[in-house]
Amino acid sequence: MDSKMVLEVDELCTHYLTTDGEVMALDDASFKLHRGESIGIAGESGCGKSTLAFSLLNQVQPPGQIMSGSIDLDGIQVADLTEKEARKKIRWKKVSMVFQGAMEIMTPVYTVGHQMVEPLKYHKGIEGKKARDICERYLELVNLDGSIFDRYPHELSGGQKQRVIIATALLLEPDLVILDEPTTALDVVVEARIMNDLKRLRRELDISMIFITHDLSILAEVSDNLAIMYAGWIVEFGSSKDIYKDPKHPYTEKLMAAIPDIRTDIERLEYIPGVPPNLINPPAGCRFHPRCHKAMEGCKELEPETYDVGGVRVKCHLYSEDEEIAESEEAQYETAYDDEAAAEAYEGELGKEEIEEPDEIMEE
Amino acid sequence: MAEPLFKARNLTKHFQITQSFFQKLRGKEKQVVRAVDGVDFDIYWKKNFSVVGESGCGKTTVGKLMMRLLDPTAGHMYMKGEDISAISNRQQLKAYRRQTQMIYQDPFSALDPRHRIRTILEEPLMIHDIGDSREERTDMIHEALEEVRLTPPEKFLRRYPHMLSGGQKQRVSLARAMILNPDFIVADEPVSMLDVSVRAEVLNLMKDLIDEEDVTYFYITHDISTTRFFTDYIGVMYLGDIVEKGRGGDVLDTPSHPYTQALLVAVPEPDPERGRGVKKVPITGEIPSGTNIPSGCRFHPRCPHAKEICEKKDPEEIKVGKEHTAKCHFAGEIEFDIEVAK
Repeated sequence: MDSKMVLEVDELCTHYLTTDGEVMALDDASFKLHRGESIGIAGESGCGKSTLAFSLLNQVQPPGQIMSGSIDLDGIQVADLTEKEARKKIRWKKVSMVFQGAMEIMTPVYTVGHQMVEPLKYHKGIEGKKARDICERYLELVNLDGSIFDRYPHELSGGQKQRVIIATALLLEPDLVILDEPTTALDVVVEARIMNDLKRLRRELDISMIFITHDLSILAEVSDNLAIMYAGWIVEFGSSKDIYKDPKHPYTEKLMAAIPDIRTDIERLEYIPGVPPNLINPPAGCRFHPRCHKAMEGCKELEPETYDVGGVRVKCHLYSEDEEIAESEEAQYETAYDDEAAAEAYEGELGKEEIEEPDEIMEE
Repeated sequence: MAEPLFKARNLTKHFQITQSFFQKLRGKEKQVVRAVDGVDFDIYWKKNFSVVGESGCGKTTVGKLMMRLLDPTAGHMYMKGEDISAISNRQQLKAYRRQTQMIYQDPFSALDPRHRIRTILEEPLMIHDIGDSREERTDMIHEALEEVRLTPPEKFLRRYPHMLSGGQKQRVSLARAMILNPDFIVADEPVSMLDVSVRAEVLNLMKDLIDEEDVTYFYITHDISTTRFFTDYIGVMYLGDIVEKGRGGDVLDTPSHPYTQALLVAVPEPDPERGRGVKKVPITGEIPSGTNIPSGCRFHPRCPHAKEICEKKDPEEIKVGKEHTAKCHFAGEIEFDIEVAK
């Protein structure tokens, strides 16, 4: 693609160093984002989606830490910046983020305008009437009335608040906007209208967007590329058209099947049995193998490489050329998911917390 | 047709807004929120009924009324022919609540964090005085956990809620409701806090229990896309009234009320080819407050098809198909079409 590169992430690892051990929340993430493109990041809760977003802003909360890898944001090495530099150089200006539950972000005691002009004041020294004009222009851009500037947050509905946050994120004309579950708390009708606005804004302002959500059906509408995450890995990355049409990774396959279809009658919904692993001590080999319906013998020991399958990058042994792994296929292909074994595995994780006390203690 | 399991006729709940002393002094008019405003519906044995609508439309209030957690302002509810809206006696109410149970939206706060799963599940048995000995109750708890596929049950008994995943917690809530062998369960957004894959698992389980346990669900949700799979009948609620109801397939394939049509347009498409462009969402604005319900048809200020008559006259229920009705002056005349602008 010839358009300008906005973001290049290379082998990024972010871990949380807790007292219980190292939580490998994000491992080996690599992707590129061009100007005007959008990426959707999807996965179950706890798969590292939000950690990825915070890493991009160099804003991982301790005990989290970027362990290795690089984030190249329009020529700036984000991972090497100090907190002060990051605040001055990239946040709001280059990248801005709309957080999950944006409704609670605004301070109730100040007017919307008071809070909106802050990035303008800090980064550009614009104040007073001029700042107000800019803010009103952006409010109108997200289909709000300019008079909202003087209102207090409690006077606005959830959808309006979310729009204010989106307008604020766009104020300094960043190259990249990260939206973390932007519409989860909103009603479908409001959600559809905000999504429409985002689609329009992306075209009009030519900005790149990263959408983070667990709802794959929303991503289909807004993202050019799709990154499917599982247990800290990007297991599949490619154009969303290809992935929706023909998901390659068994996890993606199951995740897609779990979306209920409103147009056809179905008897049963597909789901992925079991729970995502504890990332302090993830399963050896492929992290998805205990829940995978296509798991092979080799998956238990060897970490899969990332293979290029028709333009889509897939981290799965199914696409391996290695004969040894491929041969093991038949032997284990039938390994259906075993409820008991998974319960056992989960038990192991909880082992530490489990306090064996006689039942009588609970008696009153 | 068989006699309905549950019947609601003109079910109404108005909340009075408390006035401050000064408002009373100034003689300000008392304000009333018409949360549920004359709703009729029938629920048949083992045929799930779901209510969909935006937040603030009164769907949770209907659920609470059905549990008799709130007292209706007017109207009647019948369970197996018996008028339950008139029960005032504590004993009778307790007996009624044994037949109907509720599951809440948030499994994280519905379970007491300081109780073990065993205590959580034993509580309803103690309240209703079921089981003579501890052993007998333990057996029942085992059985309930097995029903919701938390196996082996011994492993879960001594756990605290924080040791379970979101889906497992919701299954414990389900077990707590099932342990009394109810006929009827009010499920208030049971899966909206769960991940997509876990959501599918819990819904499958709930569906299986219909036949295994002879239970009927009243399913409250804002997510219309799960209703087709899970329910037989759908009621679409707007501002305290059910504006369209009928068999699930009929309502979803041939929506007759403009509001239902708008809801369906707004559902995100899991298909990039279809969903790409900017969809025309026909309605604007947000749901008005229940204190100030518009005259005539309550939907007319947001309706793209509103005509003069809609402002003046409250529409009657119009039959648009077998068991399918819509409260709109033009029901059956408005065509449904998803427009996508490039």
